[in-house]
Amino acid sequence: MSKVLMKGNEAIGEAAIRSGCLNYFAYPITPQSEVAEYLARRMPEVGGVFLQGESEVAVSYMIFGAAAAGARVFTTSSSPGISLMSEGISYMAGAQCPAVFVNIMRGGPGLGGILPSQADYFQATKSLGHGDFRLLVMAPASVQEAVEMMMDAFPLAEKYRNPVMILGDGLIGQMMEPVEFPDSKKTEPLNNDAWATSGLDTRKSDTRNLVKSLFLDPEALNNNNLLLKSKYEQMKREEVRFEAYNTDSAYNVLIVSYGTMSRVCRTAIDSMKADGIEVGMIRPQTLFPFPEDQIRAAADVTHCSVVASIEMSMGQMIEDIERSVQGKKPVKWFGKCGGDVPTPEEVVA
Amino acid sequence: MQNEVQFAGFGGQGIMLIGKILAHAAMEEGFEVSWVPSYGPEMRGGTAYCTVVISDQPIGSPVIKNPRHLVAMNRPSLEKFAPAVQKGGIIFINGSLISVNSGRDDVDELVVPVVEMAKELGNVKTANIIALAAFVARSGVVGIEALKGSIKEEFAQKQKLIPMNMQAVDAGIQAAKKD
Amino acid sequence: MGKTFARPESMSLAVTHYCPGCTHGIIHRLVAEVIDELGICGRTVGIAPVGCAVLAYNYFTFDFQEAAHGRAPAMATGIKRVRPDLTVFTYQGDGDLASIGMGEIIHAANRGEKFTTIFVNNAVYGMTGGQMAPTTMPGQRTTTSPFGRNVDDVGMPIKVAELLAALQTPAYIVRQAVLKPKYIVKAKKAIKRAFQYQLDRKCFSLVEIISTCPTNWGVNPVEAITWAEEKMLPYYKLGEYKTPEDV
Repeated sequence: MSKVLMKGNEAIGEAAIRSGCLNYFAYPITPQSEVAEYLARRMPEVGGVFLQGESEVAVSYMIFGAAAAGARVFTTSSSPGISLMSEGISYMAGAQCPAVFVNIMRGGPGLGGILPSQADYFQATKSLGHGDFRLLVMAPASVQEAVEMMMDAFPLAEKYRNPVMILGDGLIGQMMEPVEFPDSKKTEPLNNDAWATSGLDTRKSDTRNLVKSLFLDPEALNNNNLLLKSKYEQMKREEVRFEAYNTDSAYNVLIVSYGTMSRVCRTAIDSMKADGIEVGMIRPQTLFPFPEDQIRAAADVTHCSVVASIEMSMGQMIEDIERSVQGKKPVKWFGKCGGDVPTPEEVVA
Repeated sequence: MQNEVQFAGFGGQGIMLIGKILAHAAMEEGFEVSWVPSYGPEMRGGTAYCTVVISDQPIGSPVIKNPRHLVAMNRPSLEKFAPAVQKGGIIFINGSLISVNSGRDDVDELVVPVVEMAKELGNVKTANIIALAAFVARSGVVGIEALKGSIKEEFAQKQKLIPMNMQAVDAGIQAAKKD
Repeated sequence: MGKTFARPESMSLAVTHYCPGCTHGIIHRLVAEVIDELGICGRTVGIAPVGCAVLAYNYFTFDFQEAAHGRAPAMATGIKRVRPDLTVFTYQGDGDLASIGMGEIIHAANRGEKFTTIFVNNAVYGMTGGQMAPTTMPGQRTTTSPFGRNVDDVGMPIKVAELLAALQTPAYIVRQAVLKPKYIVKAKKAIKRAFQYQLDRKCFSLVEIISTCPTNWGVNPVEAITWAEEKMLPYYKLGEYKTPEDV
């Protein structure tokens, strides 16, 4: 299949369709409104569902309702909108419903700005909503990778019966790059007769299904949380993704960076290499689960004297890096969070 | 080998479009490309700029501090971005709206009165295509045939606009030679 | 001779948690009877609210989802959009629908979502222990309006049926009560008609049902019925507010 030049936001919408998801509910917000604009035209062409909800809060429950009825479904938003959706996402995690949420991050807190940012790292990986739950979080660094992660996200959400988040910054959404949609990543939804409220007749069953997150009995609630925990542990074992760059050199500094920021770092590493300075990089592609072992191993070599967390946020990922490195090496932070993406020149400095 | 081209001007001058056309042409020639826009609440009249990165290697940073070339369609853009252009690059200046030069003697400056030329062709909206063609002819970042193919694809839904835009490309090529 | 009165198949064997004199049980039964009569148990999905009916899913035998406070209409929208063949209803109280969920119900109604809402109005927050609701009557004492609802301070009770009927999108909007058998008969007819409009894919439908809460009103069940008839019915007038045949 030949490549097409697409804006990240449009490519994300198309990737969902190509992976077999034909249901989309959303509320407009910069810098990702192009997804809704694209799908408003595209979904009718493929017989899919497009609906602009009245708020992000409502949208998160449209997603919940559709997912609980057994449909493959997704939405896209940006930071403040994700905060509003966090309520519904918490309910979905508790009720074990799969869906894909895309956050094309902008600066915060509050209304912040509309420029690229990675300020929602904590929100996505630690505490998206109330309660004891996690999302599987993937962070693309190019439009092509956003497409592939989108297409992988649906089967992963179904495998774990848990929401999956694609965490991109504004540039991933706004940038145009050549993309192709691998046919091999098109999947059929997993059979959900055991839990989805698809209608007794639909699944020819006498046993009704109930989708809920309410467990008034303390033991039942504890058991549900233990079940969720076991899924997150399984994610840690099976879903870690990362990319290593220049780690076969005798690097003195190990960078950890993700998304657009990691590409800036790659250019900086190349330019330093030309000057005879070796720097390695681990780029987490999944932020939860975090590539802890890989970072620890890369930091624990004798020629590495310092680890640097380079992020478009004020020192969020650094906490996961410190946890991974376990004090074996000092961990420093460099970042910017006003909307400008730090340039390779600044990273070098 | 990597080329970066910054396109800048007023919103509504078709800045984003010519960046996209160049990126598309480069992709068709087999290059890696990234098209990076400025984006904001202003849809019309504000400053608009985008950067196109063209490389024979996977592109690292799509954020470029010092682009190799600049296509400036209005004076504020020229004044803001000309100092950052790499030595030896091309600075294209829309001579119809910009009465000054870049103030750089280490770049190749190309001044074309694209608005007047577009009016002569009968449609002022083709000014951006003339500018793009002149820049491409001078810089050779992509071939003219790839450029024409990319324009035809962009206007595939508006076939009747294609002949005029092809004339605009030819006019741009001529203007690049005359300088 | 067969049974003339039996448990509807759509109702489960569970014993409800509702207080003595509460009318939720009656309304549940009416819904179950209608679903049985229409023969749609196998393709119905109910949505439980947050409020006294949060555990409603225990009392029915078909598929159920449980919503967050006020969000049932958005969930119903999600289901109906991806599975228009399913019959979907939300079961919501006055705090759930008319306070925190007002945005969701208005927009779902205005889009003409083809689901049914059973809206139980008993003029008080029940599950949380008797706080003031948007539908609490002027002067009515609740735990958060201990001196009686002061309309100068918090406005008049919201008439949901009238408010939704004002939307321009065709809909079936009706208010009935379950205070006495004569009301119950009409309420069941309204519920059946609401589901029928959904099955015909005609329009959004909402049945507001005037109900009682003896526990939180601080009266016995008989007094509660009298109070509802005397205080609520003159303000919340029963009847059809809109049918899709209007317009």
